[in-house]
Amino acid sequence: MFYSGGTELLLAMKMRVIHTERIIDIKGLPDLDIITSTEANEIEIGARCTHKNIAENSLIRQQVPALSSLCGDVANVRVRSVGTIGGNLCFGEPHADPPTMLAALNARFMLHGPKGIRSVSADDFIRSELETVREPDELLTKIVFPCPTGPVTYRRFKHGERPSVNVAMVWSVDAGGAINAARVRVGALSSRPQPLKAVEEALRGCFVADVSLAIERVLPAALDELDVNEDRHGRADYKRHLAGVLLMRNVEEAMSRTENHR
Amino acid sequence: MPISFVLNGEAVALEVPAHTLLIDLVRDRLGLKGTKRSCDMEICGACTMLLDGDPISSCTTLAVDVDQREVTTIEGVTPAEGLSRVQKAFVLHGGLQCGFCTPGFIMAVTALLKATPHPTEEEIRHYLHGNLCRCTGYVKIVEAVKSLATEHVAEQAA
Repeated sequence: MFYSGGTELLLAMKMRVIHTERIIDIKGLPDLDIITSTEANEIEIGARCTHKNIAENSLIRQQVPALSSLCGDVANVRVRSVGTIGGNLCFGEPHADPPTMLAALNARFMLHGPKGIRSVSADDFIRSELETVREPDELLTKIVFPCPTGPVTYRRFKHGERPSVNVAMVWSVDAGGAINAARVRVGALSSRPQPLKAVEEALRGCFVADVSLAIERVLPAALDELDVNEDRHGRADYKRHLAGVLLMRNVEEAMSRTENHR
Repeated sequence: MPISFVLNGEAVALEVPAHTLLIDLVRDRLGLKGTKRSCDMEICGACTMLLDGDPISSCTTLAVDVDQREVTTIEGVTPAEGLSRVQKAFVLHGGLQCGFCTPGFIMAVTALLKATPHPTEEEIRHYLHGNLCRCTGYVKIVEAVKSLATEHVAEQAA
């Protein structure tokens, strides 16, 4: 098993829920902690970047400030010092922040294995709770996503160390002030982030001023369709309700940021 | 496995079993008992040490992972005589009662003030969010840190 900060893996081993004879420290591998933009106007984040690196990175602060503040809020300051975004993704803990936003950003994850390199979309990466499609002999090296052109927002509800519910949203807005595409992901409710498809469709082609009305019509049904695990974070109806509230806070922010840009 | 690292400014070279946790190495083998084990699961911050200046949970860090790095414990920020300015502020403002969480808080605050010498209350609360105290209710801890945030001090004075 690979590890860098070990904030999830070592804890699970201490609690005796993961047993392994060997762990492989990847902190010595070069070039896995670089953040850069590409000629194709995409952003690449090395899997070994810590939450702290990403939160403080000037490119991320400029281009995707919502991701910077998300990473600045993961767990606690000690986890952020050594915990990496790659480790967070590969551990597959449902109550996590980064997977939701990366799915909303339409990110792809690069996996290097003995058979070669493959790319898996953020939406497809998690198979089930604590299980991803990464084979044991594959290393997640990079996270890549197109540089967002519109507002990116994120809201979560969190009591302890991990989010109970979170919602991420990415808009692209055309010159006329209409939303030409929206991605909405709700995380932490089941094993993986879930799209709110009805909301995404209601937003497509919608003028920013009309957004609240458009969403209100489809939201209750969309929330009912979400897959929700009941656990100590709450029951299904409570979590659905929170998802709706968090979505509307995302919308409020996205609307005001869009209006301020015009 | 052999490791060599700098502990509170001094070079240390040892053989350790690979599964050794940093907190156990420092407390039991090296005899520095100032760092406390409380929750043992990275949540409470009582075990906070600094790794190259950044706060970490020593309860869930392997000793082998500090090889070639610099580790600072509460003993490393306490002067030989008296108290550091951070410790003095905690005493003056009543930021401790039983004192068990205090070394962890001192480490976190020391790191915070190095990175951000004049943090706002929001920044203080955000940074210290991962350090738990069951006695004080946090108000006086925040006041102690705020008093430090408004001081103008020479760089080395932490």
